[in-house]
Order: sequence, then structure tokens, then C-alpha cells
Amino acid sequence: MSDLKRGACDMIRPGKMLVQVLQSLFKKSATSQYPFKKSEMPAHYRGKINFHPELCIGCKMCERDCPSNAIKIVKVGDKKFEAQFDLAKCIYCAQCVDSCIKKALESTKEFELAVLDKNKLKVTFCADVKKDTDK
Amino acid sequence: MLISIFNLLVFPGIIFLGVAGMSAEFIDRKLYARMQNRTGPPWFQPWADFIKLVSKEDVVPTEANPRMFRAMPIFALTSTITASFYIPLWSTHALYSFNGDLIVTIYLLTIPTLTYFLGGWYSTSLYSKIGAIRSLTQLFAYEVPLLMCILAPALLANTWSLSEMAKFYSHHHWYWMFNLLGFAISLIALLGKLEKVPFDIPEAETEIVGGTFTEYSGRLLAMFKLSINIETIVGASLVSAVYLPFGLQLTPALGILLYVGKLLFIISILSLSRTIFARFRMDQMVEFCWKIVSPLAFLQMLICLILKGVLAI
Amino acid sequence: MRKVVIPIGPQHPALKEPESFSVTLSGERIMAFSARLGYNHRGIEKACEERTYLQDVYLIERICGICSHTHSTCFVQAVEEIAGLQVPKRALYIRSIIGELERIHSHLLWLGVAGHEVGFDTLLMYTWRDREVVMDILAELTGNRVNYGINLIGGVKRDLEKQHITDILKSVDILEERTKYYIQVCKEESTLIQRLSGVGVLSHNDALSLGAVGPTARASDVARDTRADDPYAAYDELDFKIVTDDHNDVYGRTLVRLGELMESYRLIRTAIKNLPEGLISVKAPRKIPVGEAFSRYEAPRGEDVHYVKSNGTDKPERVKVRAPTLANVQTVAKMLEDGQLADLPIVIAAIDPCFSCTDRLISVNSSKSETLGSMKWEDLRLYGIEWHRSKGMDFSAINKKLAERL
Repeated sequence: MSDLKRGACDMIRPGKMLVQVLQSLFKKSATSQYPFKKSEMPAHYRGKINFHPELCIGCKMCERDCPSNAIKIVKVGDKKFEAQFDLAKCIYCAQCVDSCIKKALESTKEFELAVLDKNKLKVTFCADVKKDTDK
Repeated sequence: MLISIFNLLVFPGIIFLGVAGMSAEFIDRKLYARMQNRTGPPWFQPWADFIKLVSKEDVVPTEANPRMFRAMPIFALTSTITASFYIPLWSTHALYSFNGDLIVTIYLLTIPTLTYFLGGWYSTSLYSKIGAIRSLTQLFAYEVPLLMCILAPALLANTWSLSEMAKFYSHHHWYWMFNLLGFAISLIALLGKLEKVPFDIPEAETEIVGGTFTEYSGRLLAMFKLSINIETIVGASLVSAVYLPFGLQLTPALGILLYVGKLLFIISILSLSRTIFARFRMDQMVEFCWKIVSPLAFLQMLICLILKGVLAI
Repeated sequence: MRKVVIPIGPQHPALKEPESFSVTLSGERIMAFSARLGYNHRGIEKACEERTYLQDVYLIERICGICSHTHSTCFVQAVEEIAGLQVPKRALYIRSIIGELERIHSHLLWLGVAGHEVGFDTLLMYTWRDREVVMDILAELTGNRVNYGINLIGGVKRDLEKQHITDILKSVDILEERTKYYIQVCKEESTLIQRLSGVGVLSHNDALSLGAVGPTARASDVARDTRADDPYAAYDELDFKIVTDDHNDVYGRTLVRLGELMESYRLIRTAIKNLPEGLISVKAPRKIPVGEAFSRYEAPRGEDVHYVKSNGTDKPERVKVRAPTLANVQTVAKMLEDGQLADLPIVIAAIDPCFSCTDRLISVNSSKSETLGSMKWEDLRLYGIEWHRSKGMDFSAINKKLAERL
């Protein structure tokens, strides 16, 4: 490429970055002050998966397609299914979201999932919509 | 007697130098970070590092010589602190002075480099040995220009004592302007002494892990780091005493402010050079020092000799 | 001077990933150099055989963090060829755009790493700050900053909307200006040039005989690029020029990568301008018919090769991956002949090593010793137990305890 060859006005000298470096002293720093300022993820970010039990029909396509066996659909009553997620195994690829025929799964923007107790990484989305708790 | 002890221990002795060294490290790291468009560490970072290192265990390798291994940091620390006693900081007389203290100061400042070599050698680990040998090779490259640069203004002032030199330049107000070439050369040589980029070959992190300091940990490493920080302050003070000897007859309060200003100026030049240059290779560094820096230092000496004759001092 | 053998790795600040090199030094001169690979072997090829094709797309993607789209696309291309699927044009264009964005990401990262290896940390901080622009745009397009997960067998999962296109063009403008500044720095900064020039010399004939690929070969004036030699995705419709240089050293490799960055910006703009309308995927069968296919892709590091063999079920029979670093790592010994220790990190970094990609199964046939042949899984397990027992390590007690726990 022609502009990679050294031209007549390209002097080889030390300290080429001097001007930019001195200008940076007065610019705002590029570091984002996380965790004091939370960072906002883009619209379709693939974070933690959310489950809507009222839409699930129990076909288990999501369980079949999951690359890491992170989701389990369990029948807890007539046409009532609950989803058990292992957040440690999930690779957040959102394949289950695409595989679900009834669109019962969706990706959220939540990504701060680190906990100190490993048991907290197994979340269950209950079948009863009124008491939708994840421990 | 009590005043002497106060001077030695507190001000401008050990405690003052320790605090000043830590502040110098903070200013250097903060400027470095801001120039790279980052935020940089808070003001207490060097203190936090020091306290963390002191609270950890010292691990001495089995094959190392334990007495020499433990003694080296102590020698480094004491020699840098002792060197500061002969430098006139903000007035025309240092804490102690005698004819010939110029040479003694420079010798005392060479001892830390020797301790880096010996500490690395007695660690008997491969990376430390390579770092130690590099440290000594670098010593041969920059020591000659440094000595010549410091001697040149002393030649003009016709004395071997730093305090006498400061008095001479305070009487002849604008003579320090003749030494500006030497100022630039002495800053380059100071970079070599303090082992900062582009001269940080002995501690090239990506090539030989930690160089001399690979096997050091805990209190010994804390002492080495503290001695490097104090060496920065002492080296910068020496350069400012020799090359920027103006305003030394002001009142102590203003004098201290001016001294701090001179130190900040020199430290910011050191940080700037750390930012805009890449590291030299060993052979490139030796070639650079012997082919470019030494002849320029010699030129400065010539200038001072000629001026001595011309001005008929 | 006495000869010293110094180990670089497996853990070393110069290496970003574990590999073991042993260097014989005499003072600062390198006398001999040998590499020992395999520290990053994870058994991915075997794991692929136990998962369906759809699950394998995600597994193959995680071979490497920087070349993830490369591996994923290469695998998917091979499977689509066996199944005889006609991928829609829009999907091919989207794959190319994401591929070029990944190349930009990888080359900016490399520039920073090269700066760090020669002690020029300012270049590291500046290029990695600009890399954030690329990662943010990729997060917006695909949902994640690395491991994009945008490939499906038969097309892509997500479409490009109008807002995305505006953002891509804006980001490319910003990055092009920054890259022009870095080109000026690399052409003019004398401390950088003297560290990079004359180092890691690989002549044209050596590059051909040792089988170098990617920018390592292109810097020795070997005009080979899979995007031009064997066009895939949308590259036969995008006007693509190979970037070569004749410096034969690390400086040449730097210039080639900077040239490729400029070429990538041009390709992205052309691709967006000519983006065809239509579907983004076709339905792929779960069971792929019997067959085998071989597909190539130009990763940022060189030519990446995938071989897939299917047996009619929904799980592949054999998947073989050859990453570009495996071809380039053999040139390092040649480059370091008569070199200095201080040049070792930058020479290794100049081939842009990605050891996660490299460590796969290799079978070496030597004419001198008899070949071991191939072992079954059970035989390998028993062999391992016997080998450890002969060294005095017996794990049967622990195994019993674990079996009781489960």
C-alpha cells in the first residue's frame, strides 16, 4: 500500500507521540469509573435469561439445544412447568431463546452475577406467576 | 547535638526523604497515567504498597546466600540516604560539607547499582543473574557521562564541594545558563541511573520477569523500592543543585517552595520520557551512551574549561 | 561465556498464554531454541463428537477469544457444504462484516501487545482504548463483546438494522483516523523502529519452505491470502487487495497489519454499501447427510483450516481444526538464529501467537521409531492409570471416595 512506505516528509525522530501525550493531560480520562458509575449495556445484550412460565408448553427444545446443559424444564402440575437454571454452566449464548417456539425465554441485560455462595447460582423460575421468586 | 539528630532523622533526613520519595512515586505514576489518558492511582498508593509489602513474609531461595541476600537492600537504602546529606537543597549550605563531597556523593549514589548487581547475583536464579549482569553493563555506559556532567559546573566554580559551588553560582547570577547542555545530558544520564524507560533494561519485565528483584519479596523488596524512590529524590536534588542553583539565598520558606518546584520540574521530565520512548536494547543503549551522550558531556566540560579561561576566574 | 538454558514459560510475563520454550543462551546471544506445545489442550475435537452440530457451533466458537468468529464461520461453512445448503447473500455479507470487525479488534490488540513487549506502554494504552470502540459496536450488533454467537448452520441469527449501520460507519470513521495516527507513529518513532527493524528476519524462501501463513508470510513478500486465493462468504464480490511488504522482519509484519486495518475499513464500507436485502438464514436439517468437507478462512493470524466428517446422525464423526499459529510457530526457531535475548518477546509476539487455537491433537509419524497406532478411549484410560502407578501415584482410594459422593 502506498501510504505505508516512508515518504519524504516522514522524519524519523524520537518522541513522535509527544504532542498527543501532552494533550491527554488535559482531556477527560478514558477510564470508566466502574463500579461507582454503572455501565449501560446495549439493547440486545445477552445477559441472564428470563423465563415466562405462563407461555411454556414443556416441549424441552431449549433443554435439547443447550450446549452446556444449563437449563432443565420440570413439570410441577397440569400444564405448569418450572425452569431450573445453573448460572455457572450457562454460557449466555441465547440459543434457548431462539429455540423456544412459544418465546417463553428472553435475554436480559443483567450481567453482574458473581456471588460468594455457589448454591445461589442455581436459580429456579417457579411455575406460579404470582410468587415468581428466584433465590 | 539534638538539632543534628533531628536533622538526620527527621528533616531533611530519613523521614523527610521517605515521605518525599513516596510523593515522588505518586506524582510520577499519576502523570504517567494522565498522559496515557487513564485515571491513575490515588495519592496513598505508594504507602499502601509499602505497608502491604512490609506485612508479607520474606522468602529467601534455598540456594541463595542468606546473609548477602538480606544485607543488600539495607546497603541500598542507607547509601542513598547518606548521599543526601551533602547536597545543598534550598540554601547554599548542605547539612554537612567538605572539600571533595562532590565525589563522595557520586560514589554513594553508585552503591545502590552495585547492590542491585550483588543482590541479583547472590539470588542464584537465572533471571536474577541476567538482570544483575545487565545492571552492571548499564552502569559502565551511563556513569561516565554522569560524572563528567556533574564535574563540568564544578570546574567552572573551581571547587570540589557542592556547597561551595552553590555559593559561587549564587554570587555570579547568570553563570548557570552556560551549563544548559550539561543539564540535558545529566537528565539522560539520570534516567540511566534510575533505570527508567528507555533505560530500564535491567528490569525488563517482559524479558526477564523481574530482573534483579525476581526473588525478593516482603520487607526486603519494600526496602529496595523505597531506596529507588529516595534515589529519585536524591538524584533530582543533585541535578537541581548543580544545574539550577538560583534563588538559593531566599528566606527558608520561599526557598523550600522553590526547591519543591525544581524537583517537580525534573520529575515531570522523567515521567515524560518514560511515556514517549520505547525501551532500548542492550547494544543500542551502549552505543547510544558512548557515541552520543559521552561526547556531548565532554563538550560541556570543554565549554566550562574555556569559559574559565575567558572569564579569568 | 558459559552456556545457560533458560526457560521461557509456561508462566512468563512475555507470554499471554502458557507455552514452554527453552532457550540456550551464551551471554545475550541465543544459541538454540526449542518449543514444547500442548499446555492449552482441552480436548475440544473429542468433545465435538459428543454434541450435536448446533451445540458444536458454540463449542467451536470458544476455541479462542479473539478468533472466535473465525472458527465458528469456518466450521459452519464446512457443515453447510456437506448438507448442500445455499446460504442467502445477506447472511454472507453480515458474516463478512463481523469478520472484518473482528480483524480490526485483533490487529489493534496486537499493536498494543507489540508496544508492551518493547517497553512502549503508551502505545498499549492508546490502542486498547481505541479497541473499546470496536468492542462496543460488536456488543451492539451481536450481544456480546467477544464470542459473538452470530452464526447458525444455514445463515446468521441476527440482522443489521438501520441504527446499527449508522453506528458501524461512525465507528469506522473514528478508528480510521486513529489508525492513520498509529501508522505515522510506526513510521517515525525512532526508538520503536530500531527495536522492530532487523529483528526476527525470515527470508522469502524460508517463509515458503517452513509453511508460514498470514501476516508473518506476507511480510516476507509471499502474496498468499485465503480471501483472495479461495474466496468464501462475500469476498468474491468485495474488491479485495492483498497487503504485502518486503522488509522480512518484525517491522514488516507491523506494517502489514496496519495495512490490513486500512483495508478492513474499506471492505466494511463497501460491504455495507452493497448489502443485499433478503433472508438471513435457511432452515438446516438436524441430521446432516454422510460426507466430508474441508473449509478455509483467513483468520487475523493466517489461514485457519477445518475438516468435518459426518456419518448421517446429528453428531459429527470427526472434527479437525488446524489453527494458523501451529504453522507459524515453527518459523520462530529460524527467526531467532543469532538473535539476542532482548528480541525474544517481540519475535514471539510478532507471529501473533494464539496458543489456545494451536493445541490440538497431532499424530507424528517418524520413520525411525514404530508408530504407536491409535488407542481406544478405554485403553487410554487404563494406560494413564498404569503410568501413574509406575511413578508411585495411586488414585484408586480417591476415585472410590468420589464415586460414593456422587
